Formats: sequence, structure tokens, C-alpha cells
Amino acid sequence: MENGTQTAVFYILSGLIVGSAFMVVSLKNIFHSALFLVLCFFSVAGIYILLSAEFVAAVQVLIYVGAITVLLIFAIMLTAQLYSPSIRQSNEQVIPGIIIVGTLLIVTLSVLRRTSWRISTQGIEGQSTVSIGKSLLTTYVLPFEVVSLVLIAALIGAIIIARRE
Amino acid sequence: MPSLYHYLSLSALLFCIGIFGALTRRNAIGILMAIELLFNAVNINFVAFARFIDPQAIVGQVFTIFVITIAAAEAAVGLAIIILIYRQHKGVDVDKVNIMKW
Repeated sequence: MENGTQTAVFYILSGLIVGSAFMVVSLKNIFHSALFLVLCFFSVAGIYILLSAEFVAAVQVLIYVGAITVLLIFAIMLTAQLYSPSIRQSNEQVIPGIIIVGTLLIVTLSVLRRTSWRISTQGIEGQSTVSIGKSLLTTYVLPFEVVSLVLIAALIGAIIIARRE
Repeated sequence: MPSLYHYLSLSALLFCIGIFGALTRRNAIGILMAIELLFNAVNINFVAFARFIDPQAIVGQVFTIFVITIAAAEAAVGLAIIILIYRQHKGVDVDKVNIMKW
């Protein structure tokens, strides 16, 4: 892709991400928030493709859009009548929240502006999927096994917690 | 072409929106959704660093896979707890759930 197209795609995706994320945290109907969350996840997958991380983008679509959102919508449906628009959805901390978040954003952006990163001039060679698979089964084989244990323990725990007595 | 600074700014913005949601939502499911936004912001950071600083080894992408796995585990356990709270309290508003406070 040429540079101009990349920049345009980046700004479109950023607008989608920030706009839908804002909808997620501000909409009154929690079900609509979940739908905007799907849009946000898809746009983040687009950002991954822009960063030439195809495998991560595929995992993002499969797990976030496919699994986590369905889980969230199930939970919204199971906690019935709680997603009606008449229920107040935000607490009394909106104004302190805006102040805290605004301060955090300003500090983060100014720190990012001042830091000089050691940017590498090389691009990613070949397919990133190959190198991810190789490093998952050589260098990171122990974290890989541990994380699968964590996942199975969490899923069994979730079943046991939510089971009726 | 967007630079590393652009991606990190986008990630910081997404992170701040997520924190705002986690601070101000009353519904526990809304808080979980805001936390998923935080995970996504961190993942954008990881992938951007992998692309711009370490494009040979792409360690950042490997760690993104781990983060996504842990996020799936977190969502499963969190939603199970929310279902349990709903059964006990007939509601999932976190400011009404204060049984661990005294």
C-alpha cells in the first residue's frame, strides 16, 4: 500500500475505534453498547492488518468478535429487563471521571511526544504467522503451556461458579 | 505513513475512554466491556512496538496472543460472577453490591 492510502485508512479506522468506544461507554442501552463493541473490535483488527500482523488480526476477529461478544450478549440477555433504557447507567462520578481521564490523557500524550523511540528501519519479513508459530513452540513454549492451563482452569471455574446448587 | 507516535496516541485515547467507562458505569457488564476496551488499547501498543521497534523477532505479537487468551479467561469468569450476583441480588448494579464492605 502506498503511504497516502495507509494514512487515510489509519485515520478512518482511528475514527471508527474512538467513536465506537465512546458509544460503548456512554450509551444508555447496554445492548447497543455491545453492538458498538463489535464495531470497535473489527476496527482494531483493521489496525493490526495495517501493522502487518495478519495472524493477530485473525485471532482478534475469532476470539473477541466471535467469542467474547457472544458471551457478553448472552450475559446481557440472561440478566433480563436490565437493559431497558429507563435505568440510569452511569453513577455520580462522571465529572471526576472526566477530570481524571483528561489529566491522564494529557500526561500520556506529552510523554509520548517527548520520548525518542529507537525506531527500526526494517520491515517485517515474510509472514508473521510463521515466526509467531515458531516462537510459540520454541522460546515461549513454557508460557504457552501455562496460559493453556490458566484458560482451562478459568473455564472450569466459570462453570462451577455459575452452576445452580 | 502513520508513525509509531500515531499508533501510541490512538492506543492512549482508547485506554482513556476505557478507564472512563470502568469508572462511571453502574452496570457490571458495562464495566466488563470497558475493561475489554483497555485490553484492546494495550494490544495495539504491543503490536505497534513489534512493528516499529522489533520487526525481526515480533515478540509483541506473541504477547498479544497471550493477552487475548487471558482476556477470554477473564470474560468467562467475570460473566459467571455477574450471573451469580444477578441470581442473589436480582440486579447487576455494582453500587448495590456491597456485601464485602463493612
